Amino acid sequence: MAAEAAPKLNRKDFVADQDVRWCPGCGDYSILANVQRVMPELGVPRENIVFISGIGCSSRFPYYMNTYGFHTIHGRAPAFATGAKAANPDLSVWVVTGDGDGLSIGGNHLLHTIRRNLDIQILLFNNRVYGLTKGQYSPTSELGMRTKSSPHGSIDHPIDPISFALGCGATFVARTIDVDAPHLQQVLRRAHQHKGTSFVEILQNCPVFNDGVFSEVEDRKTRSESALVLEQGKPLTFGSAGRLKGIVMQNGLPQIIELADDDDPVERGVVVHDERQEMRSYASALATLKRPDFPVPVGVIREVEKPCYEEMLVGQVNAATEQNGRGDLKDLLNSGDTWEVS
Amino acid sequence: MTTKSVLKIDDVAIRFAGDSGDGMQLTGTKFTDETALAGNDLSTYPDFPAEIRAPAGTMAGVSGYQIHFSSKDIHTPADKVDLLVAFNPAALRANVEDVRSQGMVIINGEAFTKKALVRAGYSEDPLPDLTTRFNLVEIPLTSLNREALQGLALSQREVDRCKNFFALGLLCWLYQRPMEATERWLKGKFKDDVLEGNLRTLRAGHAFGETTELFPTHYTIPSAKIEAGTYRNITGNTALAWGIVAAGEQMNNPVFLGAYPITPASEVLHEVARHRNFGVKTFQAEDEIAAASATIGAAFAGQLAVTISSGPGFILKQEAIGLAVMVELPLVAINVQRAGPATGSPTKTEQGDLLAAIFGRHSQSPVPVLAPASPGDCFHTILEAFKLAVDFMTPVVVLSDGYLANSAEPWQIPDIDSLPRKPVSFAKAEDAENFQPYSRNSETLARPWAIPGTPGLEHRIGGLTKEDISGNIVYGPENHQHMVDLRAEKIARIANAIPPAEVEGPHSGELLVIGWGGTRGAITAAIEEARENGQEVSQVHLRHLNPFPSNLGEVLNRFDNILCPELNEGQLSMLLRSRYLVDVQPFSKIAGQPFKVSEIFERIDAILNQKD
Repeated sequence: MAAEAAPKLNRKDFVADQDVRWCPGCGDYSILANVQRVMPELGVPRENIVFISGIGCSSRFPYYMNTYGFHTIHGRAPAFATGAKAANPDLSVWVVTGDGDGLSIGGNHLLHTIRRNLDIQILLFNNRVYGLTKGQYSPTSELGMRTKSSPHGSIDHPIDPISFALGCGATFVARTIDVDAPHLQQVLRRAHQHKGTSFVEILQNCPVFNDGVFSEVEDRKTRSESALVLEQGKPLTFGSAGRLKGIVMQNGLPQIIELADDDDPVERGVVVHDERQEMRSYASALATLKRPDFPVPVGVIREVEKPCYEEMLVGQVNAATEQNGRGDLKDLLNSGDTWEVS
Repeated sequence: MTTKSVLKIDDVAIRFAGDSGDGMQLTGTKFTDETALAGNDLSTYPDFPAEIRAPAGTMAGVSGYQIHFSSKDIHTPADKVDLLVAFNPAALRANVEDVRSQGMVIINGEAFTKKALVRAGYSEDPLPDLTTRFNLVEIPLTSLNREALQGLALSQREVDRCKNFFALGLLCWLYQRPMEATERWLKGKFKDDVLEGNLRTLRAGHAFGETTELFPTHYTIPSAKIEAGTYRNITGNTALAWGIVAAGEQMNNPVFLGAYPITPASEVLHEVARHRNFGVKTFQAEDEIAAASATIGAAFAGQLAVTISSGPGFILKQEAIGLAVMVELPLVAINVQRAGPATGSPTKTEQGDLLAAIFGRHSQSPVPVLAPASPGDCFHTILEAFKLAVDFMTPVVVLSDGYLANSAEPWQIPDIDSLPRKPVSFAKAEDAENFQPYSRNSETLARPWAIPGTPGLEHRIGGLTKEDISGNIVYGPENHQHMVDLRAEKIARIANAIPPAEVEGPHSGELLVIGWGGTRGAITAAIEEARENGQEVSQVHLRHLNPFPSNLGEVLNRFDNILCPELNEGQLSMLLRSRYLVDVQPFSKIAGQPFKVSEIFERIDAILNQKD
């Protein structure tokens, strides 16, 4: 493969020559830096990497990546990505979208793209607000949120991106945090490794229109209490020494129990994380954990295997060619009943 | 058995009509195939309801298939038919007024019960009146068919479903058509008693014609004088599909087709999907917008890309097509137009989307627009559309219509070597040093097609206003004006790459009839009629609606009168008037039906007489 022979790339090779134009303090800066940092580690030739976005603050992302990039139209990035990946399955395709772009105007495309399970990555930057249009409530905004378009408070019930993705049959679902660099990078690597559609919700701060919306999990001081860090095969515990807690299931519902520092959480009945659980109910239960009653799960929530759309598509082309021979245009035009006029 | 007389005639039009579950479309197509094999020129017009199975026996459920065949050159399915086969009272009521005076009407007498007459909306028995106006032939179709199928292990329902082939056999006898192709088709499609049943009733229908006293005469229609070559029947939709497959072959880059099911365009998706062994990839998207978007994504990744829809779906694609204009990627967007607005009449034809195709995106968003003129022409138009799309790096819109989609005509199968062949070429890694995503070909103004996977050409494209050459985002006023002008100029230059408008008939004179798309047959037939009448009329039929052929203004100025028949409220007329300041007389029809030859002829006649 060309990848082995190619000179080793570093973060700077993935920095485009364009000025980044997000607001100062925007969580997107951190996400961009971490994506640029992870790219050289993936072993994918740079020319095979494609970033595709819709419309919104997050969707400016491709302009800042020195890869192939396509800034498309509002909500439709997953559909553009579908065409690109189906056309050339060798490409490493990354969709960048936001809560408005992905879950409002583009909800339908997100649903069907996840369902088809193309081998692509979808990064949904969730800041629970419309930024580029200057601060209206989004489909993930909390009920009652006051914005310019909801001066009396939002009366839309919010949608949870993780539950949405699970409902679409996603084969890889993860959540991470804009400013937690090691965690974000780890999740990006896992998303890339997964064969199938990887859906990653990135909790992202909008300092202008929704500042501090995820401050509990972004702030290192409060993170241990407010985030439930998922690790495969490890019990669902959180909190710091002396204040350890765990998640148990009672009557099918998650509950928090207090743990002593020398308790064996597993013996106490704390659930052991199994991202490979085929039954979706486990991941769905995790997705229901919300502040302030529960910590927010971050990490890989689910990873299972299913055939990929583009592989099946190419498989059908190959099978048809094997079965019927390579198509011949002359034979096609002359197929069925024809007659000669002399 | 008496020997029947055989009468030689030149021209016949017939129509099969029944419930949408009676198999009228199948009967019609099989008769068409046999007629083509008999060497006649032909033109067909299927007319079916939007409902898959409307309540049996009602007017809403009537499905019809008309075929016009001749020993001469013909252009339309004919205004009036010489013979109607009506399987039930509703089919009779919906169609009988299209039968010429004293034409033949064959009915299944057993279907004319009191109850069925009421269902069809007849308050009294129509037959006594019809007998005076038509040559009414009543046959006991249901029992003749049941008799023929006795002893087979088929349910009564299955038996009755075969009766359309009894009628087909009878008509094959009546017009001396062969039946081999139909028998061959049946043998490939069915087996056991279902096959046996269909074969038996087909042959029984034929034998019935031979023996019954109801038909003293049958007819022979000599073969038409047609240019030498190999021919087949083709519908517009099949021709579009094969054009798509052919484009991939001729340009050495298998096609990606993204589509969402919609009448009357879905068949193109179905047909292309069958030919995966040509490397084509079909994608049934979640909606029209995704179909267009995925197609553009495929084009970005380096595949020849096409999306197909009909009116309402085409409009949903417009934003994505606007993006393709902005990022200058090659794309073919086909609109098989149907009667609207809104859901309108999905199975009926119209030419209502010309202005929408040219102007229907926001802002200044120029695209080339082409329209095929006949079912077979759909094939060649698609090939040209792909060539223009790639040569000029632009989306190209192709406007077919419901009439072309479903109509069939004999088509001379092109010699593959005679088709344009031009493999696509992409920007190369060797050119990385000087690569600019919006550099321009000096002749066409096209930018390079640089696809992911090519080392060194990494670049970003998008919908934001950009600087020429570099593609960097720039919002300045001068740059914006420059880019708008540049995209307009690029499309205008396509006029240099298309043939000039050809005038059929005198190159100047009293009257020019100008049309576009699927109305060519009716216009040509009307002009021929006028000429037989001693009138001098010229014709221009446009395939290129944007840009127009470069000589069009000069051509229009050579005529005293210009008549423009369209199945819309004068959209081409409006364009011609505003562009060339000529007094084009629109002739509009928006009835969901194609033009009748007589309608255009009368208009021609009126213009020429009014001058005298």
